[in-house]
Amino acid sequence: METLNALALLGNFLIVPGITYGCQLALGALGITLIYGILRFSNFAHGETMAFGTMAVILATWGLQSLGVSLGPLPTALLALPVGIMAAIGLLLLTDRYVYRFYRRQRSTPVIYLIASIGVMFIYNGLIRFIIGPNDQQFSDGSRFIIKAREFKQMTGLNEGLAIKTTQGITVVVTIILVIALFWFLNRTRAGKSMRAYSDNEDLALLSGIDPDRVVMIAWCLTAALATIAGTLYGLDKSFKPFTYLQILLPIFAAAIVGGLGSPVGAIAGGFVIAFSEIGVTFAWRKVAGYMGYETDSLMQLLSTDYKFAVSFAILVIVLLVKPTGLFAGKSF
Amino acid sequence: MTFLLGQSMTGGYGAADILHDCTIGVERGEIAVVVGPNGAGKSTAMKAIFGMLTLREGAVTMDGEDITALAPQERVRKGMGFVPQTGNVFPSMSVQENLEMGAFIREDDIADTMDQVFDLFPILREKRRQPAGELSGGQRQQVAVGRALMTRPSVLMLDEPTAGVSPIVMDELFDRIIEIARTGIAILMVEQNAKQALNIADKGYVLVQGRNRYTDTGKALLEDPEVRRAFLGG
Repeated sequence: METLNALALLGNFLIVPGITYGCQLALGALGITLIYGILRFSNFAHGETMAFGTMAVILATWGLQSLGVSLGPLPTALLALPVGIMAAIGLLLLTDRYVYRFYRRQRSTPVIYLIASIGVMFIYNGLIRFIIGPNDQQFSDGSRFIIKAREFKQMTGLNEGLAIKTTQGITVVVTIILVIALFWFLNRTRAGKSMRAYSDNEDLALLSGIDPDRVVMIAWCLTAALATIAGTLYGLDKSFKPFTYLQILLPIFAAAIVGGLGSPVGAIAGGFVIAFSEIGVTFAWRKVAGYMGYETDSLMQLLSTDYKFAVSFAILVIVLLVKPTGLFAGKSF
Repeated sequence: MTFLLGQSMTGGYGAADILHDCTIGVERGEIAVVVGPNGAGKSTAMKAIFGMLTLREGAVTMDGEDITALAPQERVRKGMGFVPQTGNVFPSMSVQENLEMGAFIREDDIADTMDQVFDLFPILREKRRQPAGELSGGQRQQVAVGRALMTRPSVLMLDEPTAGVSPIVMDELFDRIIEIARTGIAILMVEQNAKQALNIADKGYVLVQGRNRYTDTGKALLEDPEVRRAFLGG
């Protein structure tokens, strides 16, 4: 019984939030890794791309809600996703046309792109605040929980409740579908294979007649879709606030680098490594220890939650020092 | 009329010319080999014929058509296959995917061509699901040659195909190259292993400092005492 209580407690505060957060980071990191693989630079504007896509989804959601459209227990935002994705694709393709293409023609070094992407980040940043403002926006509707803590307690007779929010369930399901679709695209379709070829060996891809402009365009479209979906899932889970998307840029980058930049499998693994480290290190283990028969006055929390970003930073630094190519041997910096 | 001919090519990467009035050609079904000391401009001559280098003077013709102004990709569509010396496979992609990418410009069914490549290099059929980057040097070269054959080229250009492989693998590769030539494909290759390469060559070109020094059949070059002494180590 005590063990089950400990497990329920862990599930509620560590495992469920960890998987959810890991999915969100993984989707974000996939976008980073795709752009790194194809355009060979670290896209600092990715967090803002997520925010922009999410903003478009929110606006569309409000529109749908005012028309009385709803998905019942599921959030209406899911219906609005295509609108957000299209908006993000438009934004990224415009940016590529007027910013990055110039540097491609110049055959600029990656660091130039990186600096340009920071500029792009600030522009997106202003654009988002201009359109929707800097404040918190609630856009989640439908039912809040799949399992409520109290119901779980009644069902199992345990002291500890295990709650699973609808948004958490949706995050996991959507991530699984998206990852399967992405891998199918990359491994089974001609366009996907040509992207991998281009990422692998640009010169040989050109020799083989692969059109670089097309590959770059597909990469931006995929990135826009991934970013919008990741941002929307994060926003549904935690509420939308433009500033938070700047903040999760660090864990997302950490995830992409830990997994190995340019490696999609790595991005997913990295997302979960970062998510569980962040939550595990800032989790107060006292109650779990109590159930396991170890009573203590200390909270048994390694770091205060205020420092959670330090965890991704520390992991990032360790990986760069010890294994710069990451877990799945991507390209090193 | 030589099938593929780089006529009086002069040019280089920057201000200074590397090639000086250099002429290289090959007929269908023949093997032409370019040899010479380091820095003789062998690879540069190859790149010039493939369009990776702008010529100041001279012309490249294929089957009588002037292709001097065409980009490398367009030359591939015209029927040229090129195997670069390094970076000639997609390392994270499987052998089969490498071949598929080789045939990227083709709209028709590629299954037959892939079968032919697998018949030519049986080991690749066995390893077709393995990433090319995990293969041995010799097998990787086979993937590289196979990739270039997927467009069904009329000319196959090889830049040092035996660089970094063992002598046994080298002989094996040369045998395959002879087989490819027998199907009517013109083969132009640059080689470090001059003696072995001239052995299988119908035509040999010895380049020195970007100029033609000796041009003859492979056999005649091998027997020429001067060539032997200066370039083939006696």
